[in-house]
Amino acid sequence: MASEESRDGGISDVTKRLRAEDHVATGVLTAIVVAILVALVAVIGYILVSGAGKAFDLHFLTSKPESFKAGGGIGPELFNSFYLLVLTLLISLPISLGAAIFLTQYAPEGPVTNIAKTAIETLSSLPSIVVGLFGMLIFVLGAGWGFSIISGALALTMFNIPILVRVIQQALEAVPRDQRDAALALGLTRWEATVHVLVPAAMPAIVTGVILSAGRVFGEAAALIYTAGQSAPALDFTNLNLASPSCPWNIFRPAETLAVHIWKINSEGVVPDLAAVSAGTAAVLMICILLFNVLARIAGRAIERRLTAE
Amino acid sequence: MNKELDEREEVAQAASSAHGGGRQPRVRSKHSIERGGLVFTGVCVGLVVILVVMLIFMVCSRGIATFVHDGISLGAFLSGTTWNPHTNGPDGQPLMGALPMICGSFAVTLLSCVISLPFALGASIFVVEVQPTFGQKVFRPMVELLTGIPSVVYGLVGLSIVVKWTSGWAGGTGYGIFSGSIVLALMILPTVTSLATDAIAAVPDSYRDGSYGLGCTRWQTILHVVLPSAMPGIVTAVIMGMTRAFGEALAVQMVIGNAAKMPTGLFTPASTLTSVLTMGMGNEAMGTVFNDVLWSLAMVLLLMSLVFILIVHLIGRKGAAKNG
Amino acid sequence: MTSTTPLLATEDVTVSYSGKEALHATSLSFERGSVTALIGPSGCGKSTFLRSLNLMNREIPGCRIGGSILYHGKDVNTRGVDTYQLRKQIGMVFQQPNPFRKSIRENIAFAPKRHGLSGKANIDALVEESLRAAALWDEVKDKLDQSAYALSGGQQQRLCIARTLAMHPDVVLMDEPCSALDPIATYSIEETIRDMAKRGICVVIVTHNMEQAARVSDKTAFFLLGDMVEFGPTPELFSRPKDKRLDDYLTGRFG
Repeated sequence: MASEESRDGGISDVTKRLRAEDHVATGVLTAIVVAILVALVAVIGYILVSGAGKAFDLHFLTSKPESFKAGGGIGPELFNSFYLLVLTLLISLPISLGAAIFLTQYAPEGPVTNIAKTAIETLSSLPSIVVGLFGMLIFVLGAGWGFSIISGALALTMFNIPILVRVIQQALEAVPRDQRDAALALGLTRWEATVHVLVPAAMPAIVTGVILSAGRVFGEAAALIYTAGQSAPALDFTNLNLASPSCPWNIFRPAETLAVHIWKINSEGVVPDLAAVSAGTAAVLMICILLFNVLARIAGRAIERRLTAE
Repeated sequence: MNKELDEREEVAQAASSAHGGGRQPRVRSKHSIERGGLVFTGVCVGLVVILVVMLIFMVCSRGIATFVHDGISLGAFLSGTTWNPHTNGPDGQPLMGALPMICGSFAVTLLSCVISLPFALGASIFVVEVQPTFGQKVFRPMVELLTGIPSVVYGLVGLSIVVKWTSGWAGGTGYGIFSGSIVLALMILPTVTSLATDAIAAVPDSYRDGSYGLGCTRWQTILHVVLPSAMPGIVTAVIMGMTRAFGEALAVQMVIGNAAKMPTGLFTPASTLTSVLTMGMGNEAMGTVFNDVLWSLAMVLLLMSLVFILIVHLIGRKGAAKNG
Repeated sequence: MTSTTPLLATEDVTVSYSGKEALHATSLSFERGSVTALIGPSGCGKSTFLRSLNLMNREIPGCRIGGSILYHGKDVNTRGVDTYQLRKQIGMVFQQPNPFRKSIRENIAFAPKRHGLSGKANIDALVEESLRAAALWDEVKDKLDQSAYALSGGQQQRLCIARTLAMHPDVVLMDEPCSALDPIATYSIEETIRDMAKRGICVVIVTHNMEQAARVSDKTAFFLLGDMVEFGPTPELFSRPKDKRLDDYLTGRFG
């Protein structure tokens, strides 16, 4: 630094080199970020543009898929995706809430908690195909439910639990400690403090997290191909016989979802209008997930406002 | 837990004797509420733990059947280079070499990490060190969105863009390890980026101030001060990315070409553990030798995932020991 | 429960965190209708002592309370004690105002309802009575269903006092209740404290502000480095400190 030139008021060669290096580095970093954003926009844009024609075609959205000829729709798949999502949330939400409360409120440290944390972390890192295969062993074959909505929902539950537990845990931990202290100092139990004070206060973050996780569940396919199956029997919404395979609400019928549909028609490759159908299905899937994202933020903010202001 | 329950019994007696039962309202007593909460949440946690233990146990026990029940040697399974379970080899045993798939899985995993790491690292440096506001307001939500795109959609994009493009300049069908790695690189990019961003953001500002105070440029500071201290976190980010890449099934299966032979190049069809599982599991009846071997592949996949988790744990513990 | 037994007393109470003793054996007694101030520099154990009186320290993992805490002459520092009942009767107000994220009405009514209070008329009466006792009724009576976070800091703290009074406690523990407030809000809280004492409640208040201790308390205890150094009537303690360390503290040689 203290070279001759700098003392003369000029800038040394070293400094010049360093400064140039710094500029180049910043340029490269900026280029990388731009490249990522371009890739993101390109992927989403490609999906939406190439599938837009089909995605806004009511016939495509409501009619049943075709296996060998063109013109099939995704009606049952669309219904199945939402039905599976709702069932999955119904099962996974109470379990995750309970587990998260145990980990944050009842036993923040100790051997039981360490084992549980390791188990949840393990579950979150397992490949979803492995979770699906386990679901096949237990629910499809073991319980004898076959390829069915209930098997799929339970497999998705295993996939979703680690995500939800983490979301709820973080939301509960973000509530100031003094809220819990206040409730305990009034002679309330930890359970009451959690259920009536902490959970309501954490609700904005919990709702946002749950809806975002719903997006992940909605697009999951690998855990479903061997649990909920790869076929979508035509649904008859007037049929309320819960044992009939065409009854939409029957949880023991096989149910292909949108994501599985994309995978299946592409790997079989026999539908003549394959490109159009898969692009349309992907566009519908993406639109739903984008909506989940927007909804998550709006809902979280709305609840936050109701809690604090008014 | 037993001790706690005993305590609650005693509480019941103390409560009724202590301060005159007259004011005691007729509600569920506090200790029974507390016990109910503990039991409910404990059952939830127990359920999750039991499911995970069952998963590992059942997948492994089916995977081991190949070696115990069908008498196939572990060595032949792990080192055999021919996967053709319906044909018997010269030794009379079916040809169950899993090495092509194991190599394929590692090849796509490593290559996709190599491709995505510079992007992830560059982006996370940019959003922490260069443009933090942009990072929080624009980049992070975008990356979250990228995480939310389903893997089949990545597979579809790979099929309709990456495969065609690859075939255009590299010749051949375009299916292969290269296309698989590109798709996976895109998929793991958000995971690696957000974890690396957290790691870099966790470096205390005082480190940076020290470096700037000595007259270092931003780039020097990043290179010599920030990155070295964020290194454990960055390594963790990469391994989490590898975990995801190694376990991804459908997106890879759609673009890799599904030829179960030893990979000879990046641009010829190959297969991975997950792609063979995805394709094969539906075609074979339970209990056949072929089906058993598929479960052995699943077991290898499961054990590799556990190894990745273990590595992440060890890094975390080392970091904690260093800081604590 | 004869009249000679103090309402609340400690005998050789110690508190340790993960085996390290943060408060050494302390014996004090607190009378009905009196205000006792706990003073001392930060980290001297006064808050730790206060938080063991309603066994709140038990909620901290690794924390152990030793010795006896006699409430109505009965030791409550036992394994079998009903902490829920105990905390109903020994209320607590915290350093930072911490109203629940609920309406003003719910902030008061929530805990009594969980303890079995029912009937709209009963609840409304309790809400009014408690808010009046904390001198907050006139300011909030028209906006009971608004969020408690719409109130100012001083009002929030008085809401927290009202919330505690709604349980009809006979002891109220206050942990530096004015440290987050401006002088006017502080004055109004001090009024409320004197009021509570007049109605027979035993108030124990931790404060770092010696003027406040002098203004509100009948008795004062001085803590230093985990020891209770001196305890006596406030005027006496401030004008004629017996212990040299208290004298040094009062004259500002440390603290």
